[in-house]
Amino acid sequence: MRYAETGFNLEVDLTRGNIERVETDPRDAELYLGGLGTNAKILWDRVPPETEPFSPDNLLIFGTGLLCGTPAFGANRTIVTTYSPQTLLMAYSMMGGFWAPELKYAGYDKVIFRGKSPNLVYLWINNDKIEIRDASHLQGKGANETAELIRAELKEPNAQVAAIGLAGENRVYYASIEQGRSSASRLGVGAVMGDKGLKAIAVRGTKDINVARPDEFIELCNEVLKYIQVRSENPISGVPPILAGIGSPQEMAIHDEQWHTTNFAWGNARTRRKDFWTKEIEEQWKQTQEKAVERLISCYNCPMKCGATINSPSISAYMMKCYSKLTYVMGAMVDDLDFGFKIAQSATEYGVDAFSAPQTMAFALELYEAGILTDEDMPGFPSNNEERFVYLLEKIAHREGIGNILANGTYWAAHKIGKGAEEYAHNNIKKLEQLPLKLGMLNPIYFLMYSTGEKINITQIEGQFPQAPFATMEQREAFVKDWIQVPDEKFKQYFVDWEPRGEHSNPYYPTVEMSCEIVDWMERMHYIDDALGMCAGLSSFPLKPPYHMHNYPKFVSSGVGIDMDEKSLTQAARRNRTLVRAVNVRRGMRRSDEKPPKDHWKKRFPELEAELLDAYYKFRGWDNQGIPTKEYLHELDLDYVSEDFLQRGILTDNEDAPSKETSVEKEKK
Amino acid sequence: MGEKQKKIIKTIKIDVDLCNGCRACEVICSAFHSDPKYSSNNPGRSRIRVIRDPLRDVYVPVYAGEYTPAECMGRDKYVIDGKEYDECAFCRASCPSRDLFKEPDSGLPLKCDMCEDDPPLEEPLCVKWCITDALTYEEREEEVEEELEQEDLEIGLESLANKYGLDKIMETVARMSMKE
Repeated sequence: MRYAETGFNLEVDLTRGNIERVETDPRDAELYLGGLGTNAKILWDRVPPETEPFSPDNLLIFGTGLLCGTPAFGANRTIVTTYSPQTLLMAYSMMGGFWAPELKYAGYDKVIFRGKSPNLVYLWINNDKIEIRDASHLQGKGANETAELIRAELKEPNAQVAAIGLAGENRVYYASIEQGRSSASRLGVGAVMGDKGLKAIAVRGTKDINVARPDEFIELCNEVLKYIQVRSENPISGVPPILAGIGSPQEMAIHDEQWHTTNFAWGNARTRRKDFWTKEIEEQWKQTQEKAVERLISCYNCPMKCGATINSPSISAYMMKCYSKLTYVMGAMVDDLDFGFKIAQSATEYGVDAFSAPQTMAFALELYEAGILTDEDMPGFPSNNEERFVYLLEKIAHREGIGNILANGTYWAAHKIGKGAEEYAHNNIKKLEQLPLKLGMLNPIYFLMYSTGEKINITQIEGQFPQAPFATMEQREAFVKDWIQVPDEKFKQYFVDWEPRGEHSNPYYPTVEMSCEIVDWMERMHYIDDALGMCAGLSSFPLKPPYHMHNYPKFVSSGVGIDMDEKSLTQAARRNRTLVRAVNVRRGMRRSDEKPPKDHWKKRFPELEAELLDAYYKFRGWDNQGIPTKEYLHELDLDYVSEDFLQRGILTDNEDAPSKETSVEKEKK
Repeated sequence: MGEKQKKIIKTIKIDVDLCNGCRACEVICSAFHSDPKYSSNNPGRSRIRVIRDPLRDVYVPVYAGEYTPAECMGRDKYVIDGKEYDECAFCRASCPSRDLFKEPDSGLPLKCDMCEDDPPLEEPLCVKWCITDALTYEEREEEVEEELEQEDLEIGLESLANKYGLDKIMETVARMSMKE
């Protein structure tokens, strides 16, 4: 019997309309766990690096995490993997919600799509009965609307539906896959779904998911539950309210947005408004939010209430979470929070990423103000920012006029527009729009995470090491007292010694070596989460979370029946981290791609940054181009990767010969 | 006829306003009732179900009650605070009109047993796992008038009476006694 996983994937060929149920190799769970890990393995094995994102040969993989469907709190994430049209690298996008457990209960760990359907279709998975159904009547429908229509026509109110909106159908490069309260938004996975002619996947499952050692497993779950309760009642002092708890930042529950609105940049990620948060604004925003939020809601089997149903008389109800409340407001430089709630409703129905979409729209506004885009490009362009954003969202989702160019994101749009527009696409890493943060002093930990993170998205790479040092020694000592999550006691010392100013402060402290170790810890947690399908909000993202390096191995051992300790789980996480890196290396990614936006910090230290990258690569077992070495690959049982690298000339047998320099930046200009 | 008896009434208070729709109650219910205990889980087998319709803000945790062989002749729709609840939204029956509260494989009816266990648990597990407090557990003692235990004969007669009607039974008894 297979535990935690079902042991079966669904293979769907959309060109031929063929569906197969395929048994998977139990050894894959030992090596790659599941979710992201096994997704990456499939992408590596089956999609050659020459494949275009919009090719029928590109796969679109919906993978559930290894623990999804078990009683482990917060294990509900779907990992969507394909080649991204935006970065041309592996898309590393995920969603919470209810879809992954439902797929598990239907009897499958993954759904793997290949080919392209000649007509718009949707897939209906009802336990063993699976149908590809016509979706022509759903063409152009909103993502939520589609889900509702499908549930009604199937007469299955309990079916979980992941759907794309018009943006996905039109292959907007940052189109999302929406699933009620959650979405896989980043890196254009919705565009690939649209390209495949797949409007939605509806799932209903009523089968069992087994665990290997039930009593032990349920005891661990009960411990986590207890911890969540205690931790929720004891927020961390000394950090802004938005960072004090666990879960996603509680932006639906908390109205105090001083931290985001004054620390993050507005407009096209340039303007800091340090005096924005006044008593008046606070009162206004509080009222607006209380009126808009109907109920705080959760993902499957999780007590945290990170999302909300948004309902106000002027818009139809939808669900929201976290920071999307602010991205449109701040991108458009609008002071009215209600605008954010309204436009996010259309954006959700169209299905676009709430980071890239507003950033691209703010970029267009700047180009217009600079005279690079003119009224000729934007006929009938309104005069105020709220209406301008609505105008641009419509154009982008329909790929109409200028929208057809902006639909490719700031990087590709800037190259198409020319006339110096490239300077305005300033907030990207590897062609992907980033969180609008512009800071003063380089932080060595963040430098490494920004530069080398395969997610290419800082909001999802942050971790449990505080973002900034605490002011006093007293505070720091109090913080480390009950810091049970550290994988090694030395991290406590690193933090206690880290000071806001002086010798032990950024950028030279934490030292290069310490920075590598801290990043390794952060990454390890994320790679485990993403393989197990665990929400980062209960593990790798917040301070002092319920899941950590010490209880995770027990969850895997008793849940899946694979004996794992901290060492072997760490090894699995590193294997996955290196395999995802290998996929991207094979796509041409190299050291020259690994850099944060030029203006992310005012104070930069080129020598230190080079030293950090060198040390990190070495720490990881990679060469100075960021390519995993043959020895390290062997150590991780990834010999098939080095064989492929040797064949392609990415690695050479001669250790001294530098590997061929390519860069994904040079492609497709 | 009867005499005063002490009886413990077990109640789960359901506050729909506090429900966050996570369905942890379904997870732990189905895990507890699996065999061996906790060896599997499957909300399809759960004896509590959250009737949810997120966009209409409907979240109603409902417990499995009695099995009924037939649907109701009429159905109710409730409107509470302007929100319309589907017919059957508050009904606990395992009923032919819906697939709720039936074993997915066999179709056999399910019924909440308040997590009966030996030794007894402090509270039903759905309540324990609902830390948003949409579900809370209360026990109270009540004095009830217990009916005297029925004799076997009486039980048998009662079921016959249910089947044929009391008149028919009396007629038959009269006829039989005349024969003797």
